[in-house]
Amino acid sequence: MTAAALPRRSDSFLPRPIAGALEFLRLLSRRPSGLIGFVGIVFFLTLAFVAPIFVPNQEQGDVSVIYQTPSLQHLLGTDNSGRDVLNQIVQGGKEILTVALITALITTTIAVTLGSFSALIAGKVDAALVGLADILLTVPQLIVLIVVSALARPSNFLALALVLSSLGWAGLMRQVRAQVLTLKERDYVEAARSLDLGSVHIVFREILPNMRSYIVIHFVQAITGAIYAQVALIVLGLVPFSGKNWALMLYFANTQGAFYFKDAFWFVFSPILAIILLQLSLVLFVNALEDIFNPRLRST
Amino acid sequence: MTTTPADMRMVAQQFPTTPRARRARHILGYWRHPVAQALVKALLTIFVTTTITFFLIRLMPGNPIDIKIDELTKDGLMTYQEARAQAASLFAIDLERPVPEQYVSFMANLARGDLGHSFVSQGTPVTSIVLAVLPWTLFTVGTGLLLSFSVGVFLGLFAAYNRNKPIDHLLSVGGSVISSVPNYLIALLVVLILGLQLRWVPITQMRGAFSSGIPVGFNLDFIGDVLFHAALPILVFFLATLGHWILGMKSATVNALEEDYVNAARARGLSDGRIMTAYVGRNAVLPLVTQFAIAAGYAIGGAVLIEKYFVYQGVGLRLEAAILQRDYPVMQGILLIVTIAVVVANLLADLLYSRLDPRIGRAGGASGT
Repeated sequence: MTAAALPRRSDSFLPRPIAGALEFLRLLSRRPSGLIGFVGIVFFLTLAFVAPIFVPNQEQGDVSVIYQTPSLQHLLGTDNSGRDVLNQIVQGGKEILTVALITALITTTIAVTLGSFSALIAGKVDAALVGLADILLTVPQLIVLIVVSALARPSNFLALALVLSSLGWAGLMRQVRAQVLTLKERDYVEAARSLDLGSVHIVFREILPNMRSYIVIHFVQAITGAIYAQVALIVLGLVPFSGKNWALMLYFANTQGAFYFKDAFWFVFSPILAIILLQLSLVLFVNALEDIFNPRLRST
Repeated sequence: MTTTPADMRMVAQQFPTTPRARRARHILGYWRHPVAQALVKALLTIFVTTTITFFLIRLMPGNPIDIKIDELTKDGLMTYQEARAQAASLFAIDLERPVPEQYVSFMANLARGDLGHSFVSQGTPVTSIVLAVLPWTLFTVGTGLLLSFSVGVFLGLFAAYNRNKPIDHLLSVGGSVISSVPNYLIALLVVLILGLQLRWVPITQMRGAFSSGIPVGFNLDFIGDVLFHAALPILVFFLATLGHWILGMKSATVNALEEDYVNAARARGLSDGRIMTAYVGRNAVLPLVTQFAIAAGYAIGGAVLIEKYFVYQGVGLRLEAAILQRDYPVMQGILLIVTIAVVVANLLADLLYSRLDPRIGRAGGASGT
C-alpha cells in the first residue's frame, strides 16, 4: 500500500495549502461520520482553549446549592460544594487536551525518528529496536503505566506526557520502518543517496513527506490513546494534579461518594460524556482520514 | 575438482559428522522452528519487562525504600539507621550492595518463583497474594473476550455480506461508537445508570468475586454465584471489545470477498454457505486472531478501574490496594504475573495462528511483518 498524498485539483488558482484544505474538506463532507468527528474536534478544541477566556473560573462554591439537578441557573447542576458543573466542564478540557497533544507529539516524533533510522541503518541496531518495539506491543501498557506513575508521581504536564509517550511509540515505529524499507528502494531515494545527501536529508526531505498521511492518522490515534491512559491514571489518583479537569472531576466524585447521590447524576455523567464525545469525535475523524488517504478503499 | 584442506574444513563444518555435532545441528534445526522462536520471544519479553521495572524502581528519585524511611522517621520515634534497617528488611534487599548485584539476587529469587514478601501483610509471600486474585481476572477477561470475539466476528461477517444496507451502517456506526468509549467508562456508566439511577441490577450485592456465605466447591450453587458476581465485569469486557471485532471482521471480509479464490469457488458451483465459512470467513478471521492477545492486554489494563468500580476481587483491585498502601513488592509482582499472562496469551495466539493458517508453520518459517 503506498502512502497517498492528498489529491489536489490542478486547475486551482488558490495557494496550495488553502486549496489542499478545501479539497480535504470536500472529501470529508462526503463522509457524514467523518464530518461529525471533525466538527466535534473543532468544538472540543474551542471549548477547551477559547471558551475559558470568556467564562470566568468559578473557584468558590455556594454551599446552599449542593448536588443540584440541572436548572436554568446551573444547566448541568452543581457538585458537592455547590460549584456549577458546566463551568467545570468548560474549564476542565484544557489540561487533558494539552497533555494529550504533547504526548501525541512526542510519541509521533520518537516513532518516526526511530522507525526511519532503524530501516536505514539496518543490521543489529534495527533488530534491537524492532525487538524492543515488539516487547512494548506485548506488555500490558496501562498496567506498566500505572506502576510507573505510582512510583514516579508525574506532577506536571511534561512529566506526565513523557511517561505516557515512553510506551506508546512502538506501533507507529513498526509501520514507519516497514514503509521506509519499501520507500528507500525508490528511484528518488537512490538519486539522493548517489548525490551523497546524508541520512538526515534523505529521511526528512525525501521519505517522510511521502508518509504524511500515515503520520497524521497515527498522530490522531496517539491522542486518543493518551486520553485513555491519562484519564485512567488521574481517576486512580496517581497524578497529583490540582485544578479543573474532567478526569479529576471523576476522581473527586468517586472519593466523595457522589455516585450514590441520585441528584449528583449530572455531576458524574457530564465529564464522562465529555470524554466519550471527545474520543468518539477523534475516532470518527481518524476513520474518515483512513478512508480518504487510502484511495483504494475510497468509494466516492 | 581439487579440494584444498581449507575447503575440506569448511565442508566438515557445514556437514558435521560426529554424533555430538549432529545433535547440535538437530537442536539448531528446532531453533529455526516458529514455535521455538515464539517461545524465546515470550521469555525475552518477560525478562526485559522485569529488568526495566526493576531498575526503574531503584533508580527513580523518591524510591520506595526512601519513602518507607521517610515514613518511619517522620514521627521521630526511630533513628535514620533503624528506619533504614527496617526498610531494607521489608524490601528484602541489602541497600549497601550495588544495584547490579541486587538485580542478580532478585533474578535468582525470581527463578525459584520467589517474588519477595508483602510490605503490608507481613510474612505473606507476594506469589500467594497474586495467585489468589489472578484466576478471577483471567476468568472475567477471558470469558468477556471470547464472547465478544465470537459475536463480533459473526456480526462483522454479517455486515460485510450486507454491505451498504441499513444493517451494515447500523453495525459499523455502532461499532465505531462503542469502540471509542474507554472500557473503564463503560463500567462506570453501568454502575451509574443501570445500578444506581435505574436500579435494574443489584449493584451492591454483585460486589466481590463470590458471596461470602457460600461454600467454595464444584457445585451448581457456587458456580451460579460466581457467574452472578462476574456478570458485570464480563459484560463490560464484552462490550468494550465488541466494536473492534465487528469493524475488523467487516473490513477483512470485504477484502476477502474480492479475492480470486472466492470467484474460483463460486465458479466451481460451491454453495454460498460453504464459501462463506470455509473460504471467506476462515481467511478473514485469521488476522483477528493475532489481535486477540493485544486486546487481552488492553482489557487487563482497564481491569484495574473496572474491578474498582465493581469491587470485584481480581488483579486490578489488588493492584490499586497495593498502590494506596505503597506495597511495592506486590505492585511489582502483579505487574510481572500480568505480563506473563498476556505474553502467554500472545504465544497461544501465535501458535493458534500457525495452526489455522496452513501457509505458516509447515513451510518452516513465519512470514514477515
